[in-house]
Amino acid sequence: MVVISDIIVQGLQMLLVLLMAPLLTGFVRKIKARLLRRQGASMFQPYRDLLRLLRKEVVLADNASWLFRVTPYLTFAAIWVAAALVPTFATGLLFNWTADLIAIVALLGSARFFLALAGMDVGTSFGGIGSSREVMIAALAEPAMLLIVFCMALVAGSTQLSTVANFMASSYVGLRVSLGMAIIALIMVALAENARIPVDNPATHLELTMVHEAMVLEYSGRHLAMIEFGAFLKLLLYVSLIACVFLPWNIALFGTGPLAYAVGAGAYIVKLAVAGFLLALFETATAKMRVFRVPQFLGAALMLGLLGTLLLFVSRSF
Amino acid sequence: MPSLIDLMLEGRAVEQHRPWPRAVVDAAVWNFAARELAHGRWSLLGLWGEPTAVHMAIIDGQTAEIAVVSLDCPDRIYPSVGLHHPPALRLERSIRDLYGLSAEGLPDTRPWLDHDQWGVRFPLGGRIDAPPGAAPYRFLTAEGHGMHQIAVGPVHAGIIEPGHFRFTASGETVVRLEQRLGYTHKGIEGLMTGASLERAAKLAGRVSGDSTVAYAYAFSRAAEAALQLVVPDRAVWLRALLAELERLANHLGDIGAICNDASFSLMQAHCSVLRESVLRASHSAFGHRLLRDVIVPGGVARDISEEGAEAIQAALDNIRLRFPALIELYDNTASLQDRTVDTGVLTSALARQYAAGGTVGRASGRSFDARRSLAYPPYDSLRFEIPVLTEGDVNARVWIRVREVEQSLALIDQILSRLPPGPLGTHAAHRREPREGMAIVEGFRGDVLVWLRVHDGLIERCHLRDPSWFQWPLLEAVIENNIVADFPLCNKSFNCSYSGQDL
Repeated sequence: MVVISDIIVQGLQMLLVLLMAPLLTGFVRKIKARLLRRQGASMFQPYRDLLRLLRKEVVLADNASWLFRVTPYLTFAAIWVAAALVPTFATGLLFNWTADLIAIVALLGSARFFLALAGMDVGTSFGGIGSSREVMIAALAEPAMLLIVFCMALVAGSTQLSTVANFMASSYVGLRVSLGMAIIALIMVALAENARIPVDNPATHLELTMVHEAMVLEYSGRHLAMIEFGAFLKLLLYVSLIACVFLPWNIALFGTGPLAYAVGAGAYIVKLAVAGFLLALFETATAKMRVFRVPQFLGAALMLGLLGTLLLFVSRSF
Repeated sequence: MPSLIDLMLEGRAVEQHRPWPRAVVDAAVWNFAARELAHGRWSLLGLWGEPTAVHMAIIDGQTAEIAVVSLDCPDRIYPSVGLHHPPALRLERSIRDLYGLSAEGLPDTRPWLDHDQWGVRFPLGGRIDAPPGAAPYRFLTAEGHGMHQIAVGPVHAGIIEPGHFRFTASGETVVRLEQRLGYTHKGIEGLMTGASLERAAKLAGRVSGDSTVAYAYAFSRAAEAALQLVVPDRAVWLRALLAELERLANHLGDIGAICNDASFSLMQAHCSVLRESVLRASHSAFGHRLLRDVIVPGGVARDISEEGAEAIQAALDNIRLRFPALIELYDNTASLQDRTVDTGVLTSALARQYAAGGTVGRASGRSFDARRSLAYPPYDSLRFEIPVLTEGDVNARVWIRVREVEQSLALIDQILSRLPPGPLGTHAAHRREPREGMAIVEGFRGDVLVWLRVHDGLIERCHLRDPSWFQWPLLEAVIENNIVADFPLCNKSFNCSYSGQDL
């Protein structure tokens, strides 16, 4: 009986992230449009885009290999599984105990690995440019991310996200310098990983400046829908990650019943909205940086993560 | 050092050519002029063909003297200017495509406007059937370890004009950029031949949509020079008003668009609102948002409407209120400055060599502005400054536009307050003998040149030269050693016309 309810709650969580992901992107786009004095498309436009893409025919290059066709589903699956591992409205769900934060980083890394390969598969110049830029960014973002994980693990004593979230929600934490560094670094990594300004521009029409978009330029139809959906999910994943680690208020503990879950879900949605608004605000106020500034930007994230970790070795109270 | 007058004395002067002299010269003088251009004593204003002649317009930068030298070439061959003076290269390739006149010694003999899509060759000259299966276009190569080519366009991801860009890059660094243009060739010079003045003026206004006032203005001034028409005062002043409105709207749009190419869409959102306010005021004043077909030979077609002056004034007040805050935003956004400062530097030597007009030239220390250097009315009696910077980067080109917006605001104020009463136009007297006229007008991109020959009330030959002819090649030079991802920013800061170049 317990197992069944566990599975149901976990299923609900997976469904929730799936349903919320396009809405979060739509919300960010809407806020950005309003900040630019535009009316903007409806918040539900990403759902319509996905439906439209799913119904459309797939145009494949003649020399596209099986890898090119399989990659959209692979990346989507990997990101969805990773998103299911991050506590959203409640901690300690079934899947939370099966894998830790390092596994999440690995899942996202493999998703990107396949996408970068697929970008080069057809052999167009834009795919190559996009893949090389994406991998350059990833090569710097992933070490930074791992250092952030270590920093949090040293504070909370575990890399299990549920344990970390429960610890952060408790009163033992207080204000810590290392965690301050970790959150800044994590936000920087999240911006880079999700191809947001200032690292990449998700709304650009300039093919020469694209990073992520150039890599997936050859995709169409349901393949593109899967990749877009994966990107929506990834944004939601990072926001959830930041929320559950650094803002775990009102997150429900495992087994506290439907009411606590409902409160947790409400708080979660509020957190998403606040994060989405802040993201839109930041993107409106910043220009995109030169491609070669990205290593400096991510290098700063890496250093912050490293510093946070080192400080914890100096004293546990940092 | 010889002056342009000496050059004119070397040849046979053409009588009915106004306002500047034209002389038919021999090959030796032609070559001499080409070498003087190469030495930088004079600047090339234009180079165009006729079925059996080529013409070259030259300006002496110091004295602002202008002259046209012509060379008859019955054998369809003439000594190349591009051999000595690279800015003429593309013009000579176009002359070959359109007229079949070959430049002897031209280093680059590939076609330029002719993409083998017309079905004929030399449409304005011999008109022979195109041979099937022309050779594919060869792009220039760059050799070295790890070079790769990136082909961009002519169909782009955004809604812009078509043009092909072939990058050879080493990683992210651009080693060579080569442009291929001509996709929007409309055959305007062919359509002009045999057209009435009225129809030709309409055609001129359709060369480049964003410069419709500048083209109609230049064409009308050339026609008036040829026919010796005196334009009534009110029309002269209204034309300057139209030209400044066009400049204002385009510069506002460009400032926003440049920032948008650095993914700073906030500037574009606000600048677009200001540009729109100018367009709406233009619509209410002259009945057309882009002011098309308002300037006609002899005067203007429409007077400013009664509420028009107020609408323009309201738009100006709105811009004066909001524009300074936007400029402050531009100047204070570090992430944006990081993109524009020191990106795409155009050296002043290159700007001088190519006689680059407009914002491109003035951001690199070349102070030429037809409104001041040639001082055509009413600009001879208006107070304004020509901003010049020497940095030559994207930031400098933005700042030139900003300063010109301020100058245009002041100019429109002066024009509105001094607009004289009177008739709007004169009718062209019928002249039987062929007459030639030429005019240079400052559009928002730079100096637009129009040369024409009228015969019996019809256009016999008309050449329209966009400022972009001398700016496009500079873009190729500017992007070298910059990174591929900075190209859109450089390109937008130049904002050359595809349509005006392809004609």
